[in-house]
Amino acid sequence: MEKLITIYINGREYKVEPNQTIMQAADKLGFHIPRLCYHPKLSIEGACRVCIVEVEGAKSYVASCAYPVNEGMKIHTNTQELRRARRDIVELLVDNHPMDCHTCERDGNCELQRLAASMGIRARHFEGERKQYGVDVSGDSVIRNPDKCILCGRCVRMCSEIQQVHNLTQAHRGFNTVVMPAYNMPMAESVCTACGQCINVCPTAAFLEKNYTQDLFEKLNDPNLIKVAQFAPSVRAAIGEAFGLEPGSNMEGQLVAALRKLGFDYVFDTQFSADLTIMEEATEFLERVQNKGKLPMITSCSSAWMKCLEQFYPDLIDNVSTCKSPMSMQSAVTKTYFAQKLGVDPKKILSVAAMCCTAKKYEAARPELNVEGMRATDIVVTTREIAWMIKSAGIDFLNLKPEEQDHPLGMSSGAGVIFGTTGGVMEAAIRTAYELYTGQTLVDIEVEDLRGLKGVKEGKVLMDGQEIRVAVAHGLGNACKLLDTVRKDPGRYHFIEIMGCPGGCVGGGGQPYAGVNSIPLDEGALRKRAQALYDEDRSKTIRRSHDNPDIQKLYKEFLQRPGSHVAHELLHTHYKQKFPKGIVPKSSLQ
Amino acid sequence: MPKIQFKITLCDAPSCIHKHSKQIRQALDKELEKQGLKEKVSIHLSGCLGMCAKGPIMIVNPGYVMYGNLTENDVPEIVQAHLKHNKPVARLVIGEDHLYNRFFRIFGDVDFFGKQMRIALRNCGIIDPENIDDYLSLRGYEALAKALTEMTPEQVVAEIKKSGLRGRGGAGFPTGMKWEFTAKQPGPEKYVICNADEGDPGAFMDRSAIEGDPHTVIEGMIIGGYAIGASKGIIYIRAEYPLAIKRLEKAIAAARENGFLGTNILGSNFSYDIEIRLGAGAFVCGEETALIHSIEGSRGMPRPRPPFPSVSGLFGKPTLINNVETWANIPVILLDGGAWFAGIGTATSKGTKVFALAGKVRNTGLVEVPMGTTLREIVFDIGGGIPNDRKFKAIQTGGPSGGCLPEQYLDTPIDYESLAKAGSIMGSGGMIVIDEDSCMVNLARFFIEFTQDESCGKCTPCREGTKRMLEILTRITEGKGQPGDIEKLERLGTMIKKSSLCGLGQSAPNPVLSTIKNFREEYEEHIYQKKCRAGVCSSLLSYTINDNCVGCGACKRVCPVDAIEGTRKEKHRIDQNKCIKCGQCYQTCKFSAITRA
Amino acid sequence: MSEITQEKKDELKAFIAECSQKQYPDSYLIAVLHKVQGMFGYLPREVMDQVADMMQIPTAHIWGVATFYHYFNLKPIGKHTISVCLGTACYVKGAAEILDAIKRELGIQVGQTTEDMLFTLQEARCLGACGIAPVIMIDDKIYGELDAKKVIALINQYRKGVQVA
Repeated sequence: MEKLITIYINGREYKVEPNQTIMQAADKLGFHIPRLCYHPKLSIEGACRVCIVEVEGAKSYVASCAYPVNEGMKIHTNTQELRRARRDIVELLVDNHPMDCHTCERDGNCELQRLAASMGIRARHFEGERKQYGVDVSGDSVIRNPDKCILCGRCVRMCSEIQQVHNLTQAHRGFNTVVMPAYNMPMAESVCTACGQCINVCPTAAFLEKNYTQDLFEKLNDPNLIKVAQFAPSVRAAIGEAFGLEPGSNMEGQLVAALRKLGFDYVFDTQFSADLTIMEEATEFLERVQNKGKLPMITSCSSAWMKCLEQFYPDLIDNVSTCKSPMSMQSAVTKTYFAQKLGVDPKKILSVAAMCCTAKKYEAARPELNVEGMRATDIVVTTREIAWMIKSAGIDFLNLKPEEQDHPLGMSSGAGVIFGTTGGVMEAAIRTAYELYTGQTLVDIEVEDLRGLKGVKEGKVLMDGQEIRVAVAHGLGNACKLLDTVRKDPGRYHFIEIMGCPGGCVGGGGQPYAGVNSIPLDEGALRKRAQALYDEDRSKTIRRSHDNPDIQKLYKEFLQRPGSHVAHELLHTHYKQKFPKGIVPKSSLQ
Repeated sequence: MPKIQFKITLCDAPSCIHKHSKQIRQALDKELEKQGLKEKVSIHLSGCLGMCAKGPIMIVNPGYVMYGNLTENDVPEIVQAHLKHNKPVARLVIGEDHLYNRFFRIFGDVDFFGKQMRIALRNCGIIDPENIDDYLSLRGYEALAKALTEMTPEQVVAEIKKSGLRGRGGAGFPTGMKWEFTAKQPGPEKYVICNADEGDPGAFMDRSAIEGDPHTVIEGMIIGGYAIGASKGIIYIRAEYPLAIKRLEKAIAAARENGFLGTNILGSNFSYDIEIRLGAGAFVCGEETALIHSIEGSRGMPRPRPPFPSVSGLFGKPTLINNVETWANIPVILLDGGAWFAGIGTATSKGTKVFALAGKVRNTGLVEVPMGTTLREIVFDIGGGIPNDRKFKAIQTGGPSGGCLPEQYLDTPIDYESLAKAGSIMGSGGMIVIDEDSCMVNLARFFIEFTQDESCGKCTPCREGTKRMLEILTRITEGKGQPGDIEKLERLGTMIKKSSLCGLGQSAPNPVLSTIKNFREEYEEHIYQKKCRAGVCSSLLSYTINDNCVGCGACKRVCPVDAIEGTRKEKHRIDQNKCIKCGQCYQTCKFSAITRA
Repeated sequence: MSEITQEKKDELKAFIAECSQKQYPDSYLIAVLHKVQGMFGYLPREVMDQVADMMQIPTAHIWGVATFYHYFNLKPIGKHTISVCLGTACYVKGAAEILDAIKRELGIQVGQTTEDMLFTLQEARCLGACGIAPVIMIDDKIYGELDAKKVIALINQYRKGVQVA
């Protein structure tokens, strides 16, 4: 460890480590300097100036997020003059903001609102012209409202640095600066992958998911419809946060009960079709291995990743598994197998998915995923939306008695559970593929190498003496890194899992907003949500997809066997290269 | 081949071109041909000679005879008398200069040059900027040769430190220290940048310096590269300066041909080259970190410092950035020594400073004066005072980052500290004289409109705050000012100064704060009495028709809102409710029949 | 000038290929955009897409740069560009009135182009001709010591296709 240095904060002496910023040092010492554009996962912008502090000897205030501590530095974080400057800075943001908090979706979850409150802005002094650009509702998933944007730039950095989609930029300059896709084109026509991470990091409501709650309430009241719900693994691990619980509180049973109370006739579980996905995907993988098919095979569960593939990596389309995502598989069997079981016209079934994901809204609208000419998934709502619906319907979520999912599409193995976190699909696939390939049961089923938040993870499995090399990436930026390796060295891996969001689905673009004392995509919170899923996996007696009796029944009664013709019809699809405007095909294609 | 007997330098800058310098060139060619002198006289075009008010300007050497206010008709006489019979045409001569003092010169008889001292601009107007031999004949590239052959890089840095030279771009950071920091950083990849993104409204020092003497800047940059251990220099220049760019390109090519750029310069181990990069119209790119982002091909937005460019600059490598004028001083310092340079100027500010003198002053143009010269000397002795018997009101220095100083500060000697103490800044060298016909509130509004338009939009105080200041100032000039507005301006201004990310924001409120400080009563008049004493703020004016009116109807015809009524040959009247105060009638009336109050 | 021909595309391609040989090729984006504007008079979107493709720079980044710098035109411009200098010296000497007069005469605002595609009106920062303020620049010619009347006469001469020296 390096030698400690002495700094003074507000007149008191402290020993701190060198080579850190004032903000980092202050955080550890219990001084929470207000901040806005800063995010630990993103590059330092120093733009909002909310985190300014006074450093004796400096001619102006310095941004504590960017300024390093020095020996003997005398810092003031809370002088009267500084407080007033900070207050005025936040007021300037507020002055150029619609201030329609009461009717805003982020009311109560807005960082600007919290900042304004903590700064003590009780009157406005500098009102004037306010930006008015209008809302872009063109996308299936993400709504852009530049009028509410305060130009902290977190979305732009998220989109370019973490996700490397580069859809968003700051355009124009000065007071006229606007965050937008190239050419100010509608989100629907842009290279947006709908991952929704811009929503996650936005401090206000400049980015929101397209909201389907009113539509859903209406349909839930339609007596002619059979209302069927599914919910993703990571929804149960995060929804509690919307009700004030700690991250990682598993609310599976309460969620089932709440969905029934909302009016769903059947509550199934996406984890069931996660098991189904594993059956199909493991089979496809082994087939490719045995028949010298295209390798590495890459997973196809993540809808943001699918759009990323079609736009930026069309050369790898044949590497991607033809399996639909669990959500789409679930909806497909709901509208066929389950409809037959009920003996009803599938058109009467309303198939609803509660997802941690915004891109699933986009996926659900893709025509190639239709089943018998119908949309397979009728409505997708995010964790945030479903939490709001539960509150709005007056359901006492925290005190609900846990209930169980319905049969035949509600039971899942532990493998299906861990789909919700990065590395989970691969781990689940290994559990089944191993057994399918070797005929033996894999004993040590927890693959530690594939767990955790490292950007790109690698692992090896020996199957009958054959070494299977696997890799896992989460977040599209990490995925790009991994795929660029694949382009250079196609033989390096056999099987790759890619999730579009940081941390996998637990960090999805539709998860609850960060609480008062938290930050978006906080690694601690992501770990806890993942842990909730790993705990559930461990608590289950059935931990391998192929051991799920309902899955076995589904194949026996309907699908025949993994990879069968009917399975292909319903559960598989194909992806095509896309050329939205402003696309940059990667050079290897030329 | 006949020997050249006379060398003519014609100013080829916009002002003189406007005054038909091109026609003079044609007439000259024609006349020389006619009188058979073509072989004996060479004609060169120069950058701005700084005597815009007396253009077009022509200088005949030897003798440095300067002709001004020329017309084509004067040409035959000059050719006949001066070039044929060596008798200068006295009636056209506006000045002569025989004094060469080693490398800088003190101009002689012309008042405009009287108190000037030219170091940075020493060759401007004297040499043909497109001819490297001209530069070489005035000890060009000698400093470079001296550095490479006689001095270690450390000695070069020491000499610059000794000179006391400070950055001429505005902030006044000691140049030698900057060089030393950058030299100490690990290499081998380092960069030298010349900031030629001159953007202050009213400032054209850098453009003139480059157009007039591009080699000095290039030589300075090569020496800088040698001193810090860089192998590449980049000149970042505004795309709006096509002539300067052209001259730089030519000069760089000539320097390469002559072995001053390229590998193993002058037979040494030192290799170095220079590249030109164009700006694209963003004032903020004068800020060094924004400039670096712009060279890197990005939006020119500043970033927080540290790290400073000397540690992590262009492409993340140690980078030395100086502006044009700073670079232009380097060769002289090496030739004549840091001690000599440090002998000029004041205790804290050494050498000379170039200003672009403009506004309500008789002689407008470029002036280079020793530090310590007073504002009064510049305005009245060099600038010739205020034209049309108007009264001096203020002097604005430092452009949109600077302040307005009223009469009581006229005896302030020019150096970084005194100007700052008086409430303005040195800045890059814009200097605007303001007379009683200018409204200080309106002027403040103009500057804040400029900075708010040029704000990059990154940091909140500058992006949002300057907009609000502009709104408040606009309403004051429109007669809608409210009690408390001055205090709001002061509060916002102080906050923006202290909280903004870069120098643009940190100085943007200066023109407002300094005019409030020195001309508060004008603000109060606008707000409380709805009065603009200078008659500039049109919303506060009223137009009426007086008895001079002959009823010609010209005003009625131009009025865009039909606010003027009256029958022909009778006195007209203006409907004050309809009048939008556009002033068209006032401009149109030939009989002074419209009163503006 | 503004049409996009294969010839021009090839010329651009060659220019970008040259830039890509250098160290830090991405840093030549602004130079490339200057080239594009020099060829087409503005930055056509189709060409920006091509630049993105050839330089492998995200289109959003190019758009961010193109909109940041005022030198770049995002729309086709008129035959003549009138830049009214609003530098301090010109401002003090009545540049605002000249700008107003031009706006009235042409019926357009700053940044706009007349319907007949003859004139585009722009504001300029100091043109460096403060000695003859107030000045305007039409294309690359500077006209100084103007007033509202003179400037309208000047515009009329351009309308007739006569260029004034």
